[in-house]
Amino acid sequence: MKNSAIQHLRVIRFTLQRLRNTPIASLLNILVIGIALSLPIGGYVLLKNVQGLAEQMAGTPQISAFLAMGTGPDEIARISKQLKDHAAVDHIEFVPRDLALKQLQLSTGLADVVGGLSQNPLPDAFIIYPIALDAQKLELLRDDLKSWPKFEHVQLDSAWAHKLEALLKFARLAVLILAAMLSFALVAITFNTIRLQILTQRDEIEVSKLIGATNGFIRRPFLYFGLIQGMLGGAAAWLIIASSLFLLNYSLAGLVQLYASSFTLKHLSLGDSLTLLGFSSYLGWLGAWLSVSQHLWQIEPK
Amino acid sequence: MIKFNQVYKRYPGGYEALKNLSFEIAEGEMVFLTGHSGAGKSTLLKLIAAIERPNSGSVVVKGQNTKSLKSGALPYLRRNLGLVFQDHKLLFDRNAFDNVMLPLQICGFDHRESAKRVRAALDKVGLLKREKANPIALSGGEQQRLCIARAIVNRPTILLADEPTGNLDAEYSGEIMHIFKSFHQVGVTLLISTHDEAVLRQFPARALALKHGELQT
Repeated sequence: MKNSAIQHLRVIRFTLQRLRNTPIASLLNILVIGIALSLPIGGYVLLKNVQGLAEQMAGTPQISAFLAMGTGPDEIARISKQLKDHAAVDHIEFVPRDLALKQLQLSTGLADVVGGLSQNPLPDAFIIYPIALDAQKLELLRDDLKSWPKFEHVQLDSAWAHKLEALLKFARLAVLILAAMLSFALVAITFNTIRLQILTQRDEIEVSKLIGATNGFIRRPFLYFGLIQGMLGGAAAWLIIASSLFLLNYSLAGLVQLYASSFTLKHLSLGDSLTLLGFSSYLGWLGAWLSVSQHLWQIEPK
Repeated sequence: MIKFNQVYKRYPGGYEALKNLSFEIAEGEMVFLTGHSGAGKSTLLKLIAAIERPNSGSVVVKGQNTKSLKSGALPYLRRNLGLVFQDHKLLFDRNAFDNVMLPLQICGFDHRESAKRVRAALDKVGLLKREKANPIALSGGEQQRLCIARAIVNRPTILLADEPTGNLDAEYSGEIMHIFKSFHQVGVTLLISTHDEAVLRQFPARALALKHGELQT
């Protein structure tokens, strides 16, 4: 067991040595893999950031329920109690019509217009903060409230969130397609690199087979090479994204200040970074494996 | 140790390299394989190492029929064999030491133990001082000896040598034959193909004579 671990370590060391022996070719390969990966991963990072921003801007969803004109205080108290007891409601806020009018005057700068009204056109309203935040449950609650006799109009502010969600879904799909295509490119790059290596090491493979090397033994250095090259490519992609984000954040700082916000683009989380490395290693290994299974059997001692 | 039973070997194109070959080599025996070039000596050795398989008949090595051998078991059969090639098949991308190290790496030997064995094998063939040399810098005789060192480092029970003295002058071939003789003395089974009359006169042993793919009696 220990012996085989040492053998694997030896193969890894040998592989690193081989990468070092051809520094330019190795660097170019790793860069190509890194760039290919950084496109979809970069898209993923941007999407994540936009999503975070959208959630931040949307805040907690709320339902506005407007009462019919002329609803008496007793009835308001009764409805208020009913709402508080409702299982899907977290808490509520009552907005009397006078207060609503004042807020309108203050917030929109329509003081003149509002002041010119002979009477308050606004109804009393409840702002309802639900417990559940997902769109489906929110809609269910809205439909329920709509059926209450004293509510004239119930409004869920989720239409734009829906639109954004659909847009993000579309973008995610685009990133996924890009990722699939470029993953294929990574496999192809490794496939060809390994093919060349197998050709240049034809003699060694042949002699090894003659003196009793198992197929596993012969395959191992090539698989490790693919794995390590893929991993280094993943690391290159990570660095490309990190430096791009650094530059973007730098130029974003000025823009964001104008909007009095503190938005910065966040980098890949630790989990995502590890997934990236794991995935790129796997793709490299896969390319090597395909290449080895395709080419190794052709080399038989004669 | 090695048993041929009515072995035929035809190559694509109809060329019949070996015809109706039956013989047996006992454990610890030293046997010469003689005949002109093209008589089928190399083909016979390839059949033992399972590099080629017979078209009919059976080749049994250490109790294993090479024809029914699964490809996964093939490497383990070959680890019992030491192969000395006419063209040496040395690797020029590494030094003499690492060339001899290869079989031990393949078998997964401990590194320190391997280094000792490699030096012992190099010492045996008189190349200890040249362990750092690239094979390309070695003479023909030295390359042949390096190939022998690689064949014996794994302490095989059977040693197959294809024209080991083929391109060497009498002095060198005498040296190499003495090396083989010493393996024979420690119980290794040897099969050496040669067309060198001097060698055969100098080292009396059983000889299998091939002529046009058939065994002469």
